[in-house]
Amino acid sequence: MAVKNFVVASFDDEAVLFPAVKKVRTAGYKIHDVYTPFPVHGLDHAMGLRETSLHTAGFIYGVCGTTTALSCMSWIFNSDWPLNIGGKPHFPLPAFIPITFELTVLFAAVGMVMTFCYLCNLMPGVKKHIFHPRQTDDLFVMVIEVTAKTNAEEVKALLAQAGGLEINEQRAEAGWWYGRFDQDDEATLYKNAETATVNA
Amino acid sequence: MKDQFVVPARLKTTSFVLIGIGLLTLLIGIFAFSGEHGSTRFWAGLLQNSSFFLLVVLASTFFIGATTLAHGGWQVAFRRVPEAISMAVPVLGGIFFVILLFLIYGQKGHIYHWLDKEHVAHDPILSWKAAFLNPTFFIVAAVITIGLWILFTIKLRNMSIEEDGWGLSKDSGKRILWRNTVMCGGFVVIYALSVGSTTPWLWLMSIDAHWYSTMYSWYTFVSSWVSGISLIALWVIYLKRNGYLPYVSEEHLHDLGKLAFGFSIFWTYLWFSQYMLIWYANMPEEIIYFKPRLWGEWRPIFFLNLIINFITPLLFLMSKDTKRNWSSMTFITVLIICGHWMDFWQMVGPGTYQHLVFPWFELGIGVGFVGLIIFLVSRQLTKAPLVPKSHPYLKESIIHQA
Repeated sequence: MAVKNFVVASFDDEAVLFPAVKKVRTAGYKIHDVYTPFPVHGLDHAMGLRETSLHTAGFIYGVCGTTTALSCMSWIFNSDWPLNIGGKPHFPLPAFIPITFELTVLFAAVGMVMTFCYLCNLMPGVKKHIFHPRQTDDLFVMVIEVTAKTNAEEVKALLAQAGGLEINEQRAEAGWWYGRFDQDDEATLYKNAETATVNA
Repeated sequence: MKDQFVVPARLKTTSFVLIGIGLLTLLIGIFAFSGEHGSTRFWAGLLQNSSFFLLVVLASTFFIGATTLAHGGWQVAFRRVPEAISMAVPVLGGIFFVILLFLIYGQKGHIYHWLDKEHVAHDPILSWKAAFLNPTFFIVAAVITIGLWILFTIKLRNMSIEEDGWGLSKDSGKRILWRNTVMCGGFVVIYALSVGSTTPWLWLMSIDAHWYSTMYSWYTFVSSWVSGISLIALWVIYLKRNGYLPYVSEEHLHDLGKLAFGFSIFWTYLWFSQYMLIWYANMPEEIIYFKPRLWGEWRPIFFLNLIINFITPLLFLMSKDTKRNWSSMTFITVLIICGHWMDFWQMVGPGTYQHLVFPWFELGIGVGFVGLIIFLVSRQLTKAPLVPKSHPYLKESIIHQA
């Protein structure tokens, strides 16, 4: 991925965060992400995130499960190894339904969980830069990407005016990486925190 | 803000026309279905329609009960709608009870063959079941269940109207929640013991008195419950379209759609659980129920039932957009009600008049009941403001997001 510059601000109240997100968006800055201690209703909408397609993926996985179960069982009982079970026909649809249902649910569930992990870059061992140690504890943390067109000082001023606390600039890996926090990330984190205190 | 419902002249006319069609069908039916076997269809049609529509309007009381017990807040913005629908229970309950009296004491048609004492004496299964399949037990059970339904329904409605004058305060809110919870708790127990178990056994399953299925009651309950949710959604859509219910939005419709979707699947689950076990065991005394339905004349209805009540809601309501669209919800809710009406039809028909015929009589009576429900519900809606303004969860309902 890429190392980028960010302006980071924390907020201690949902009611302050929402207008701030709105202001930042109308000013045209690029919000990298907003970290919250709990799921905030309507925040995705305020940030302008698009509707997730996860459910469409889930439907497709489900259809795959249905087809797998039905085709597998009909192949086994009709062509590979036909058995006479209680005089039932070789294609006993009602008997297939429970397994078909289970495989549909299994495929949809497992597929959606894996897709979700993929979309969120979640994997054992995968690390991501932590912008604020309290970002999922008791603070709301807004991270704005500093692009070529962005004036970091202006962003800071805007955030301060919108009620942001502990505003600082950080240079960090934007995506995920393998490694160790203490060697690859924490140093930058603490360094930035120090400069922030000095600035304040 | 339009808070007080006024029955539009057009709706009133519609309801009268529909009731007229129903009465006319009834009249034609009396002459068309005379004689021993003809009258079977007449009374079966009445039994099917009156039990179906009674259970559908009763589902509204259960809706109030279940949402209250779950401390749900989202439904408060349109709570007056299920309340008004539930107030049709006394009238429909009365009609159903009169029909039952005719069936039991008038010995009309061949609906319940366990009424034939001569026959029961020579039938070991029926003489065992005579412990509860006898006229006295049947009527006493009907009086108790219908009576309790009516009592609780009226009580819940009166409490809700009375609370309008209490104002929004911490103490009144606490009191409202407490006494509603207590009353709804009582009702849900009664409902579970009646609609959830004994009532469908007596009223509908005893048509095929030799046969039994432990799934039958839950299956019947879900049929009426999903239709009841659809009926509530239909009234909410109607009122919203006419400028009432200012606090109801797509969010509430979305949740009603989710319930209709979920319980359509639940209906299928119970339908399948009943069917598959019987199919698998393949025992003559059990499979007899599906003989006319799956391998006899009713075969098309058997599959149509699954298509309308399972495949269509499953695929149609799966998307979020259809659940949030007033027109598409109107379409699917009407379809669900028709589908479950048909479900009741195929539950009653094969065991009584046996032959699959075009159900003009059953449909006509059904249309009459629809007219009656429109008439009763619209009249009830005028009797109270459409927003329960003292309910402590009203704000939660207004800001609700599905």
